[in-house]
Order: sequence, then C-alpha cells, then structure tokens
Amino acid sequence: MSDIEVPVLQDYVPTPELHPGAMSHLKPFKASPEHQAALGFPGTLVDDWKEVAIRRLGELVDGSRALRVYLDSCVKCGACTDKCHYFLGTGDPRNMPVARQDLLRGVYRRYYTWVGRYLPWLVGATDLTEEVLNFWYSYYHQCSQCRRCSVFCPFGIDTAEVSMAAREILDSVGVGQKYCNEILGKVHKIGNNLGLPEPALRNTVEGLEEDVKEATGVDVRFPVDVVGAEVLLITPSADFFAEPHIDGLIGYAKVFHQAGISWTLSSQASEAANFAMFIGSREQMQKVAQRVRDAALALKVKRIVVGECGHAWRVAYAFWGTLIGPLDFLDPRYPRPQHICEVTEGLIARGALKLDMSANDDKVVTFHDSCNVARATRMGDRPGGQFTVPRSVIRSVCAHYVDMDPATIGDRTFCCGGGGGLLTDDLIELRVKGALPRLQALNAVVEDKKVTHMAAICAICKTQFSKVLPYYGLPREMVVSVHQLVGDAIVLGAKE
Amino acid sequence: MTPAPLRIPTMPAPRTRSGVAVRLGREVVLFASLFRGDKWAWIWSYLFHVSLLLVLIQHLRYVLVPVPQWLVLESPFGSYAAFVLLISLAGLLGRRLMIARVRFVTAPSDYLMLALLLVIASTGALMRFVDRANIVGFKAFIQGLMALQLKPLPLSPLILVHVASVAGLMVIFPFSKLMHAPGVFFSPTRNQVDSSRLEAQGAGDVTVGDAEERPPAHAPAMREGVR
Repeated sequence: MSDIEVPVLQDYVPTPELHPGAMSHLKPFKASPEHQAALGFPGTLVDDWKEVAIRRLGELVDGSRALRVYLDSCVKCGACTDKCHYFLGTGDPRNMPVARQDLLRGVYRRYYTWVGRYLPWLVGATDLTEEVLNFWYSYYHQCSQCRRCSVFCPFGIDTAEVSMAAREILDSVGVGQKYCNEILGKVHKIGNNLGLPEPALRNTVEGLEEDVKEATGVDVRFPVDVVGAEVLLITPSADFFAEPHIDGLIGYAKVFHQAGISWTLSSQASEAANFAMFIGSREQMQKVAQRVRDAALALKVKRIVVGECGHAWRVAYAFWGTLIGPLDFLDPRYPRPQHICEVTEGLIARGALKLDMSANDDKVVTFHDSCNVARATRMGDRPGGQFTVPRSVIRSVCAHYVDMDPATIGDRTFCCGGGGGLLTDDLIELRVKGALPRLQALNAVVEDKKVTHMAAICAICKTQFSKVLPYYGLPREMVVSVHQLVGDAIVLGAKE
Repeated sequence: MTPAPLRIPTMPAPRTRSGVAVRLGREVVLFASLFRGDKWAWIWSYLFHVSLLLVLIQHLRYVLVPVPQWLVLESPFGSYAAFVLLISLAGLLGRRLMIARVRFVTAPSDYLMLALLLVIASTGALMRFVDRANIVGFKAFIQGLMALQLKPLPLSPLILVHVASVAGLMVIFPFSKLMHAPGVFFSPTRNQVDSSRLEAQGAGDVTVGDAEERPPAHAPAMREGVR
C-alpha cells in the first residue's frame, strides 16, 4: 500500500474546499519511443510541437460536431463543478469538469475564434505554451471519461470528448501515456491487452476446465477457435487471469453449457477492451475493433456476445456500427451485438437455467453501475435496460439484494476511479482519492444494510475496487463478477 | 455541417426521433438537466430566461400595429417581469462571486455579459416605472425603421443607453457565450437517437435466449446436480 493520504469515509461526500494545484504533481509514466512507434505516433516531443498541436486541434474540431459544440457552448454555469469524483476526492479545481475543459478551450479560443485572437484576456484564451502542454498531460490523465458531468450539463457537454481530443493531440506531438499505448501495441501484436499468445490462452482455459471439473464434476468447456460455433464471446482478457474476473468467465461458460449454446473464444480477438477509445484515436479504435469482425467471419459464428467489460460494451454497442458495421451477417433474431447479461436474463426468463439461489444465501449484494454501461449503452429493448437487466439477473440468483443511494447509481453512478485508461500504479494516488464517492455510498449500505458484496460488470471496475478497497479498510474480496453469482447458483446437469 | 460519426447520446436516450424531440423540448423549456444538476443555478437562470421572454414579448408593442388583445393582456406580466429579471441577474452575479468553484471558472467576459444585461434591464425598468419614456415617439421610430425610413429617435439618456446596449448585445451575440442558445440543439449527447446497434428482428423479444433446444455442443457427460 502506497503512502497516500486516504480520505475519510463520512455519512456523505462533502464538496471540498478548493486546493489549487493539489494534483498538479501527478502525471502518468510517458510512453517510450517504441510504444509510440507501434501506434504510428512520434517517439518524443517533436520540434514543431506547437504548430502540430494547433493544427491537430483544428482537424479534430472540424471532424467532430461534438467537440466543436462543446468547446463553443459552455456558459460556465458551474452545474458540473461538484460532479466529478476526482474533484470530490482531491479538491483540485482543475479537476472540475468545466475547468478541465478550459485547459483545451482556452487554446481553441486563442487560435480558432475571433475574440480569442484579438481579446484573449476577455474570454480566458491562452497561448499554447510548454506549461499548458504539461497541464494537459497531467489533468487530461486525471479524467476517467466517465461522462457523469455530461448528465447534469444544460447543454450535454461531454468532458470525455474533450479529454479524448486532448490525449489525441498529445500523442500526435509525441507525448503519449505508457499504460494505454503499451497495451494497444500488445493488442496489435498479440491480440489482447495482456500479451497472452494463443498457446498461453489455450493453456489457461484448459486449466479452467480442470478447475470447474474438479469443483463440479461436470465437463464445462471453454472452446477456442471453434469454427461454426453459434456464439463468439468477446471478453476482456482480465477474465483469463485476474480475480474476481475469472469467476465471471466460469459463469459465462456455465450459462452457455447449461443452455446448450455452442460458443467459442477467438485467439485472434481474445480481447474485448479497446483502449483506443481512451486515447481518442478513431483510427486505432477502428483497427482494434476490426479484429472482432474478422474473427466472427473467420469462425462463421451467428452471434457476437460481449462479456463483462464497461468500455468494451460502449465500443461494441455504440461504435461498432460506425467502425466495423453493419453486422448484418449475424443472426437477425438476436441483437447484434448482445451483452452476456442480456443472454443470461433471457435464458432465466425462459426457465432454461436451473438455479439454486441458496448458493448465494451467505451474501448481501449491491450492484455498481459501470459508467460506460450506464451512460453510453443500453441492454434489452427499453431505455434504462442497462440498469434493470443486470439487477434482474442478480435478483434471480441472490435472495438478498439492496441498492446504494439513488443519487450514486443509474445514470448518476459514480465512477470506480480507475476507468478511462488510468488503471495504472503510477496514478494510484488519483485512483484511491477518486474512489471516494463510490466507496462512501458502498460503505453506507455496508453499515446500514449489512452488504457483504458489490457486483460489477466491468473488468476495470473489478480491478480498481480490488486494489483500492483495502485503503479504505474494506475487504478486497467484496467485489464480485455478476456472472460469478450466476455461475455459483447454476445447477449443472439438471436439464428440464 | 461538422460530421458526428460516433453515437454518443447520454443514456438512457430515446429510441425514436420524436423521443429526441421531447428530450430537447424538456431541455429547452424546462432546463431538465440543469434542474438535476444544480437547483440554485436552475432557479436563477430559469427566472432570468422566463422574465426575459416576457419582457421581450412586451416589446412587440413597438412592432405590431394595431396592438393585439393578447398582448394587452400580457402587458402587466411583461412589465413586472422586469423586477424578476433584475433579481435573477443579481442572483446569477451573486453566485458567480460567492461560490468559489464558479468564481474559479468565470472569465471577465462572463461578468461583463451580466453587467451589460443589468444595464439593459435597469434602464428599461427605469423608463417603465420611474422616468416614463416617450414610448409613442419611440414606436414611431421603430415603425419608421421597419419601413426603411429614419424617424427621429426620442432623445433621453435612458433611451440612448438602453438602445445602444441592446445593439451592442446583438453585435457580440454571435461571438459570445450567447451562442449556447442554438448549441443545445446540436449537442450529440442530447440530440442523437439510441439506435446504434442492430436490434433483434421478428420475435420482438430482445432477449429470447437460445432459438431452439439442442444438446450441448460438447455433449459432456451430464451428472445430476453436482455443484
């Protein structure tokens, strides 16, 4: 455990006093020239960085109505200022969404608007200097792109769009973030974030088959590269090795096994995550997504199902249509793509799974809405299904379920503090402090409702909570995969 | 028109265009998101916009000949809205000065905009309630403008300041934060339909599970109820 001043959990999260510069020291490790080269970015800060950055900003504004409208429309009303978990956890005013946007907006105004060119002092327009570039690198890597601020903005201004643009500009002048760019390099080279090659993947899932056999006596398969399977499962590679993710993967396998749905993983696309979204690169995002389409065609599957991964579900649900769509070669009787929670909920509703709820009787469960699922996607056929479908699955397998404070769930959910490409130990101080609002709400139901576990459907959330819960004196084992709860409750072999 | 290739509506978003129209309507008419976000900001800005609207309607008296009955009925509202306008502007300025978070993100132009609106509102209120302006003469001036003729403008300091400030406001409008008015209609998080994936066809049931019963793919040896 690092030496961090951990905030104290109270009955509520107070809006902090402003502490200007409180987090200006924090910067993620920079990507090496090799990491940058693998993605086609300059290896180090280019000589004419200022011109390149200003030109790239103009290109991005011209290419995105969202970015243009959001840089132009803010009236500085302040409604977003107390909505960001990083501001609530650190008190640094530059972590207020509008102030974070202003780091880029000031430069945009200076070079691309009439008033900013001639009267910069009037509208807070600023020259692009080395200091500003450092601010960008620091504070745009203190945004998890969770979009909670956009919920409350009268114009729907989305800080994530601004933060993605800023990171794209930083990459284009040769200043990349190690964590994201190294991972993207592994995806291009090996096929997943972990750099887990095909033999290692096969070895891993064989080990899982043995574990499940040992625990249940049933042969539950984890197929890899099976041509002609009905379902291609795209899941975050953390599901192959991390806890509590693995138990979720076992849960998916038990669901498919019990329902008699043939499925397969792909060694070429053994990764749902698409970190290109975090660095704001549409080109990279398309490349990473294309692997999925190619794998689905090569394996001749009829359906694509996405596992428990928040930003991956956003990319799949909201962006695949633009990037690699339409997925009209898939079976039209199913949503294309489909979330594993939708699959499980449908099977439970049809009575296709025999469940023994008593398996989870030792737990009182709550559910953490992951930002990208909650604010950027849907499940089922009605708006808001992204909230009801996972809860319906949990309630089908857990007798004891309670929700956290309504102001901290649903579309107002608080980020875990580790999303958006910040899930790296060089940012642990930010991750611990940013978890404060979510863990305050969790702690409240732990104390009042005797909650023992928090279920989540996002690999980043699970990893982040496992890491930061102990800082707040809560057990790391509290966080579980939704499909771990499902898998534990499925009665294997008991077909109707 | 700048392209918007990616679907980024803030969910839950409507699934139809008419649903989006309702969503935008709620934003424009009720400031729905701001209401969820900051009650005080909502109160001051809502009072400001509504009273500004009433006052603007009142100004149609200079344009319409003859003055229609509904406008006569609106007149008291349009007149007394001036006080709400002044109070709400003071409220907006007050929170800018008093709330440290808002003060931190406020630029000189934000203060100047409020100051300009205060000048316009207070000169207007003075002419309506204290030092009655020559509105007959002013109406003749406006009617002249509408007929592309320059009629004499009744000269008084209040009228000159009032009209000059409004003209100034109109000049800076397109270069200023006042452009938030059209901005909301072009905001992808609010105006996009939730329709980015190919939904299930036919059955209408999005989660219909497995289409037909089949033996498990790998036909494992089934054993009853072993966990």
